[in-house]
Amino acid sequence: MSTTIIASKYDHAGINRKIREAGGDCEITGCLGERFIAAGLESGHIEIDGTPGNALGAYLNGARITVHGSAQDAVGDTMNDGEIIVHGSIGDAAGYAMRGGRIFVRGSAGYRAGIHMKEYREKRPVLVIGGVCGSFLGEYQAGGIIIVLGLNGGGKPIVSNFPGTGMHGGMMFLRSDCADIRFPKEVKARRATRGDLAKIDGILDDYCAVFGLDKAEILDADYTVVVPDSSNPYKQMYVAN
Amino acid sequence: MGIEFIYPEFEVVRNPARCIACRVCERQCSNEVHSYDPDEGVMISDESKCVNCQRCVSLCPTRALKIVKSDCVPRENANWQADTIREIYKQANSGGVLLSSMGTPKPMPVYWDKILINASQVTNPSIDPLREPMETRVFLGKKPRKIKRDENGRLITDLDPQLELSMPVMFSAMSYGSISYNAHKSLAEAASKLGIYYNTGEGGLHEDFYVYGQNTIVQVASGRFGVHAGYLDAGAAIEIKMGQGAKPGIGGHLPGTKIVGDVSRTRMIPEGSDAISPAPHHDIYSIEDLRQLVYSLKEATQYKKPVIVKVAAVHNIAAIASGIARSGADIIAIDGFRGGTGAAPTRIRDNVGIPIELALAACDTRLREEGIRNDVSLVVGGSIRSASDVVKAIALGADACYIATAALLALGCHLCRTCHTGLCNWGIATQRPELVKRLNPEVGASRLVNLMTAWRHEIKELLGGMGINSIEALRGNRLMLRGINMTEKELEILGISHAGE
Repeated sequence: MSTTIIASKYDHAGINRKIREAGGDCEITGCLGERFIAAGLESGHIEIDGTPGNALGAYLNGARITVHGSAQDAVGDTMNDGEIIVHGSIGDAAGYAMRGGRIFVRGSAGYRAGIHMKEYREKRPVLVIGGVCGSFLGEYQAGGIIIVLGLNGGGKPIVSNFPGTGMHGGMMFLRSDCADIRFPKEVKARRATRGDLAKIDGILDDYCAVFGLDKAEILDADYTVVVPDSSNPYKQMYVAN
Repeated sequence: MGIEFIYPEFEVVRNPARCIACRVCERQCSNEVHSYDPDEGVMISDESKCVNCQRCVSLCPTRALKIVKSDCVPRENANWQADTIREIYKQANSGGVLLSSMGTPKPMPVYWDKILINASQVTNPSIDPLREPMETRVFLGKKPRKIKRDENGRLITDLDPQLELSMPVMFSAMSYGSISYNAHKSLAEAASKLGIYYNTGEGGLHEDFYVYGQNTIVQVASGRFGVHAGYLDAGAAIEIKMGQGAKPGIGGHLPGTKIVGDVSRTRMIPEGSDAISPAPHHDIYSIEDLRQLVYSLKEATQYKKPVIVKVAAVHNIAAIASGIARSGADIIAIDGFRGGTGAAPTRIRDNVGIPIELALAACDTRLREEGIRNDVSLVVGGSIRSASDVVKAIALGADACYIATAALLALGCHLCRTCHTGLCNWGIATQRPELVKRLNPEVGASRLVNLMTAWRHEIKELLGGMGINSIEALRGNRLMLRGINMTEKELEILGISHAGE
């Protein structure tokens, strides 16, 4: 198999140097908050044991990362392509301005997940959170798909306050009837139809395969789909001066 | 009409004895001011559409046209000036937030004009730049605190990455989208010929301009438009945009109608989709968070490029600069409140922020006091208008200056301040192909090279007059400056003496 990098031996620059030397394919053990792992990496598969620090996979450009544990803030910041799989939970601001690739999280996410996600042509980013999300989920979302499943949420609402504030593109799927969730006026939230769910069918297949979950069980629930309300766009009224 | 009517600001004066009804003015005006009356065989005009961009005046083959400010204004008084009254009418008519372009036209103090430069007389000789070498080259980036040697006594020369400028001026950030392809090409070509840098702004880098990468600063703003590994690699430096002098504290919003064709491709967002740059970076709430973005960019580019953090000059700018210097940034860019913009809410532009001169002096002083001045370079913009402004900025403590409005003027801008309409008759602030092609990038680049070459000569003459032969020796040399018509407090902040002292 691939190179093993013992995280405690290096600082973040050293770890990234080792990853590049290994051509991308490697295993990082004993990870304890080291930041920026795999920043901008184009190829290879990195397996991480422990807890990588902030900005894991920032600007990721095609590589695959699997974390056997939790990750901290800013997972997949400005990610362009590739895949990040986290078996635990993640911190705040995951997938900030993400343009492509996929982030699959088994556990929950903190504040501001999927903020300013966007899409372009064939690039359509996907963020799936297995547990629940904090406030400001999908703030300014401009594209891509955010899915929150609410599994093992421990009685917490599937998403906290202000989901989709400033949303102007993309879609959000919440596995809940969202009766107790307040959405801003610039989005439309409605019960997902079979047609809506068909759009995420392939994603859920992959998600369930990665984490060994039963898809039928996951689909056996109400889903709410959130999209921008084009009749009530997020913009300011201006007058030329 | 009636209660909503606002009398046009300008009058189109056509000399009938000169007008040959060639209809050039009609074809040149994207605002559709001029038209031909076939019944009378004469040109007529609708001055209510005129923005006084001087395009028709410049192109009229018989000099039959002039545009003048109308003297038909509401009854003014010292408190209620015509502009103020008109703004009230516009808002009462529409309910909209006032939107303006370019730097503030308000009579705010320009400290450059209250600062005078020294020259040598008798006791220390001045230098003739035509006869003796003068160094205008500067390097931007983190400087070592002390000289390091290896065990054999040889110098260790592994410096942090630096930007080398042939003269201390760069073209500051203007996005592709806010300005045209040809305007960007002119700036890129000129920067590369001059050995300086231009800045992509936050709209991404057009694929045709990757060849100018060595002279390009790529910007990363809160919307992260067009930001990907290839883009970061393409530039010579990366600039994190935290703020802009003309609109501190607010973000940007390029309407979907302007996201077409290449602009969409370069920003990497779908055609017709609004490009929203949130006011803050929502992952930055502290200096520690800023440090994280600085280092994620450094990691992604393997520490080969300096990282610039650009902020607007605001009240606590010195403390902010100190924080940025500690964030790991290599260069701090400070944008003063007289700086330009493609569109900003009028109230923000005219009321928020502080003058660049005071911000610069305060930051340079603070960084020196804290012993961290050499950890960063300081670049200032926000209305640098001439070579003497550059020299004054360097003497106040800047390493280099950013110019944008001056560069656009060289490209033909007539400062009509209506960039937000997207109808720029000079082919600069527009995406309409028929207008964009009016700016020939070769001509544009050569005019920029002319402007910078002229400034460089003037900088050398001013330096020579002071008996100084390099920019490095002028930096932070505030003894070379004196103030006039300023209060003690202003002089204290600028760290200069009054003229005569």
